Formats: sequence, C-alpha cells, structure tokens
Amino acid sequence: MRFAAASTALAFSLIAVPALAGDTIKIGYIDPLSGGGASIGEVGLKTYQYLADEINASGGLLGKKVEIVAFDNKTNPQESLIQAQKAADQGIRIITQGNGSSVAAALSDWVTKYNDRNPGKEIIYLNYAAVDPVLTNDKCSFWHFRWDANSDIKMAALTNFIEDRPNIKKIYLINQDYSFGQSVQKQARAMLKEKRPDIEIAGDELHPLLKITDFSPYIAKIKASGADTVITGNWGQDFALLLKAAADAGLQTDWYTYYAGGAGGPTAVKQTGLAHRVFQVTEGVPNSAPEASQKWEADFRAKEGVALFYPRAVNEMHMLAKAVNQAKSDDPKALAAQFEGMTAEGFDGGEITMRKDDHQLFQDMFISSLGPLDPGAKFDEEGTGWGWRKVGVVQANNTILPTTCKMERP
Amino acid sequence: MLQLIAFSTLNGVLYGMLLFMMASGLTLIFSMMGVLNFAHASFYMLGAYFGFEISRRVGFWPGLVLAPLMVGAIGALVERYGLRRLHRRGHVSELLFTFGLAFVVEELVQMVWGKLPVDYRVPPQLDFVAFRLFDTTYPAYRVFMLVIAVGMFAALLALLTRTRVGLIIQAALTHPDMVAMLGHDVPKIFMLVFGAGTALAGLAGVIAGPALVTQPDMASLLGPILFVVIVVGGLGSLTGAFVASLLIGLVQTFAVAMNFSFAEVLGPVAPPFLGDLWKVTIAELAPVVPYILLVLVLIFRPTGLMGRRES
Repeated sequence: MRFAAASTALAFSLIAVPALAGDTIKIGYIDPLSGGGASIGEVGLKTYQYLADEINASGGLLGKKVEIVAFDNKTNPQESLIQAQKAADQGIRIITQGNGSSVAAALSDWVTKYNDRNPGKEIIYLNYAAVDPVLTNDKCSFWHFRWDANSDIKMAALTNFIEDRPNIKKIYLINQDYSFGQSVQKQARAMLKEKRPDIEIAGDELHPLLKITDFSPYIAKIKASGADTVITGNWGQDFALLLKAAADAGLQTDWYTYYAGGAGGPTAVKQTGLAHRVFQVTEGVPNSAPEASQKWEADFRAKEGVALFYPRAVNEMHMLAKAVNQAKSDDPKALAAQFEGMTAEGFDGGEITMRKDDHQLFQDMFISSLGPLDPGAKFDEEGTGWGWRKVGVVQANNTILPTTCKMERP
Repeated sequence: MLQLIAFSTLNGVLYGMLLFMMASGLTLIFSMMGVLNFAHASFYMLGAYFGFEISRRVGFWPGLVLAPLMVGAIGALVERYGLRRLHRRGHVSELLFTFGLAFVVEELVQMVWGKLPVDYRVPPQLDFVAFRLFDTTYPAYRVFMLVIAVGMFAALLALLTRTRVGLIIQAALTHPDMVAMLGHDVPKIFMLVFGAGTALAGLAGVIAGPALVTQPDMASLLGPILFVVIVVGGLGSLTGAFVASLLIGLVQTFAVAMNFSFAEVLGPVAPPFLGDLWKVTIAELAPVVPYILLVLVLIFRPTGLMGRRES
C-alpha cells in the first residue's frame, strides 16, 4: 500500500514538471550520460549547468530563468531522436548536443523535418562539438549552428604545424570508425600529401566507436609499424584508453590529437611520460587565456572539479544570451536570425563570427602541448601536475574554408 | 613482424584466459541445469565493483579474496530463491529470469556507483614493468592476470577430475536422477555449482576491473562474446570452453593486426554484391570475427568443437 502511494506520488511529480514552461527558458542537453561516452557527457552537462547558473545569477534572460534539461542519448543516433522527441513533447525549443557526429547528423535532419511539420513550434539546434564538416556543407540546415571548428579546420591547423617539424617522418593514423573518424582520416591523408609529401603513412586504422576496452593489440601494431608520430581524432574513453595502452607498452611517439584534454586524457598522457609530445588543437588554452577568462576558469574548476574542456560552450551560451536580449524573444526563428552573422568576443580572446552561409563559427585556434607546468602557469589537468602550453596559434581569418552549403531559409 | 606476433600472442592469450574464467562457470552451469545464464556477465561486473569498493577501503588483496566470495554468495542465493522456484515451470521461465536479472543488476550498479567509470587502480605492488621485449614493455599486472587465470584453470580441472566432489558433479552433469537416487542432494549441488560459477566470474571481474574499465556497461559489452565462446566450444564442455576462449582471444587480437583486405589478396575485382565488403580490411572486421565464427560453427558443427550433445 505504501509502495502504491509512493509510486503514485512519484508519477504525479513526473507529470507536474513540464507544466512550468513559460517562465523558464529550457535548453535540452542531449548527450551521453551512460555507456562509453558518459565521462565527457557528464563534463559537458556540468559546464552547461554552470553557465545557466551564471546567467540566472545575473537575472536570467528577459526575466526568465534558464534551465538545462538533460537527456541521455547513449551516443546512439536512434536513441537521440527519441530523446529529442521527448524534449519537444516537454515544450523545449532549444537543444544542444556535441558528442558524436553520427548523432549530430541524425539530429540536424530530425530538427529540419520537425520544423517543416510544426510551423510555429520550431526547434533550434546548437551544436557545440560535433565536427564532421558535412554538417555545415552538403547537409547544412538553417536550424543548426556550430560553435566548434569543424574537423577540416582543425586538421589544417595540425598539418600546418607538422609542416614545420622535419623530424616527423612516419605517421600512423588511428581513428574511430564512423563519419567523424573517417573524415579525420581522409583529411589527414589529403593535407599531409599536399604539405609534406615526404612523410610516409605507416598505418591507417579505424576501430569501433566507444566499444574497445583494451587497445593493446592496436598499440602493438603501431609499435611494429615504426611510426614516430600518431594522429588521432579519438575522444572520450577511446582516447584515454588508447594512451593508457600506449603507456603500458612504453610506446614512444609524438601524438597529434583533437581531444587529448577530455576526461581521463591528461591522466593517461601523464602515464606515458611523453612530456610536451602530446599536442591538441582547441579554441582555447587555459594557461594563456586572457586574465578574465583565467579567473572564470579558476572559479569553474573550484566549483565543478573539472577543467573547462568546452570554452566553445561558454561562447555558445554567451551568444545565446546576446541573441535573446537583442531579439527580445526566445523564439527559435528570431534566435536563428540573430545568430546569422553574429560577432562576439571569444572566451579566449579575439573576435568570433557565426558565418551566415553555413552557420559555422570561426575563431582563433590554438595548438598546445601537455607537460610539466611552466613557471607562472596556473592550471594543471586532473591533478597530474601537467598542464597545457600554447605552442601555436592560427588567427580566425586564416581558418576560413569555403563551404558547399546551399542554405534553405524558411 | 616478430614483435607484432609475439605481442599479439601475449595479448590474445590473456584476453582468451579472461574469457575462459567466465565461460568455465557459464558452461558448467549450463551443462548441469540446462539453463543459459544470461546474467553471467553481470556477476563479472559485480566482481569488478565489489573489488573496487573493497580495494578503496581495505586494499586490493583482501578484495581479491572477498569480492569473489561475495559474488558467489549472491549467485547461490539467486539459485536458491530464484531459479530453483522457477525450475518446475521449465527452461523458458528460467531463461527469462536470468535475462531480466542482467538488466536489474545493471540498473542497481548504476544507482549505487553511478554511470561513470570508477577509478579502480592497479595495486602499487604490481604497478611496474615486468619485462621488455623488442623494446616494448609488458606490465606486471598483466602477467599477474595471466597467472591467476592459469592457476584457476588448473585448480578447476583438479577439482573436477581428482576429487570426490568433482566426481559427483560430473555424474550430476550427465545423470542427475541417478545421483539423486544414490542419496546425494542434487539441488544443493546445483546451488554450489551456480555459486562457484558466479564466484569465478566475480574473480575475473576483480582482476579485469583495473586493467580494463570498470563501468556499468562492462557486462553488456562482454556478454555476447561469452555465448560465442561456449557455443563454439560446445555447450557444457569445459575443455571446449578453454579451447574456444583461447581461439577467440587469439583470432580477435590477430585480426586487429592484419591490414590486408580481400581486394589486396584476391584481386581488385569484387564478386557481385560484395563491392564494399571487398575493400574492408580484416582489422576493421575484427569485432565481427567471433560472430562469423559462431555462425559457421552452428552451420557446420552444431555441437561445437568439443560438445557432445545438440541443444
């Protein structure tokens, strides 16, 4: 009887939640909170909740509170669509997602169709980390905006850096077997061929996404190939475990990565002992960020206990706040109009621009390496005593690539 | 090349032995009770989490002993109060019971320890390089895993073939009614075997936890491979499970190491309907290889490599 009463109460409390819409602006956070992608999905959620708290502490947007509603998509495209529908049913009209370009492609497509069928109830999709170039090229959508530099931009920055390092002679590529990993693989090959035709590709590997718990067989293969450098777009657990296996086998190569800073990454890099030999390309480096941003990051770390892996999430939320205030509305259609061509001050300095043609944000990109903290540097990662050092920068206007997007505006 | 072969063999044998630690219990339970225990990998996961919890409080070594015992006790309780009651209603309800149990365990683990991987570390006493071969290091912890797995296999084999208990178990495997007539408590034997089988899975979890990742989906990642192992080995055959575990461990590791595709070996022109498949390298197919093996075995040798009965 007591159980029945409790479960009835629970059911009522579940029904009661969506009724509050109207005086809050809800943002649906659709990302992995279980399974192999959970470790970084959790970090993203903390970041967005912190950003929402920050906005609410200064009075909210148009007097409304901002609320982040989390949906667990298990890094699975089908599951994401179910969760997106759930969000829509709750009246959520702004969604944000980042982990997994396969998920992003499905979501972008779904949002476009949903908006066609439900005029007046449009949903806007803010992408903070899915970097498959196709999302702002052939498959671009009016309702999709991307704050992260796409994979081609990142690879261009990495290969420019590699171009000036003659000690690199043999490169091994290892990537996740899905749209994003394949695009890293393709671009790395094409750009290396153009910039450093003398470099030999010692191996080119694709492995299943977020399913492997022991990378030793792959590391044995890299070792046997005699490569001196590895390029990988791996993220989350797939990066941390890859480096953990490399540490176990004592593999001594340089690493050029997209996401070495993700959860568990710096810890694994420290285990390999490869000081300043693991590089990553990002839109921000905590130790060389402007003073105000360093202060912001210090507060963030103190409260949430994790590093700011997504400076782009800060840019996204700040631009969202700007769009809402300028449009004096939180309607997705009005927001989309505001975002097109919007410029702002980036979290790590410099001007950032949302290109109207394809909804890709352009920003300064940095290359940094992980190693023992330099004197005066403030931030180490995951309590390892190692931190990021800026070793290269590409100005935003040098990252601009042409797009094939033919935007269909409603 | 020699280096790749040496390390692929080491890695493959290690993975195979880990599989065997679980498959041995699963196949014993199957041959005795006729039930495929879908929750078997969940006991492996429980072992890892218990090991983590104990190592965090008391240390790794007590966990190595205590965690499998706890998992075994839970397994015995599940048999006594769950499966035994369902036994009368036939295998289907038993099967569904274990199937549901796997989900329940996964949810419980998520509720207690959260959805993120837990920080289950290799004990400091074993955190060093065991040996160096062709300039590649091999961690001591992996050697330790191998020793435990081999030791467990030897102990199990000795128990089953050299002791009185083993004799009764073997008899109960094939002639349960006759064993009962002779005055042995067959339900109790069932309970002990189930408890022991799950304890072995628990032990595998305790030692695999720090080397792989201790997270709530570790059971569902490993579960399907276990069934491949016992079907390929032959349902109910311990030696079969041993051979199949090693076979699958090695096949999967070596498949990763192979870079060629059908196109490179048999020429660039693909047979009709095989266009894309023709260009995929064996390495990319590695995760599927065990399942291809499963299908082939079921078609050409339904009893498995060493099995005697078809079921």
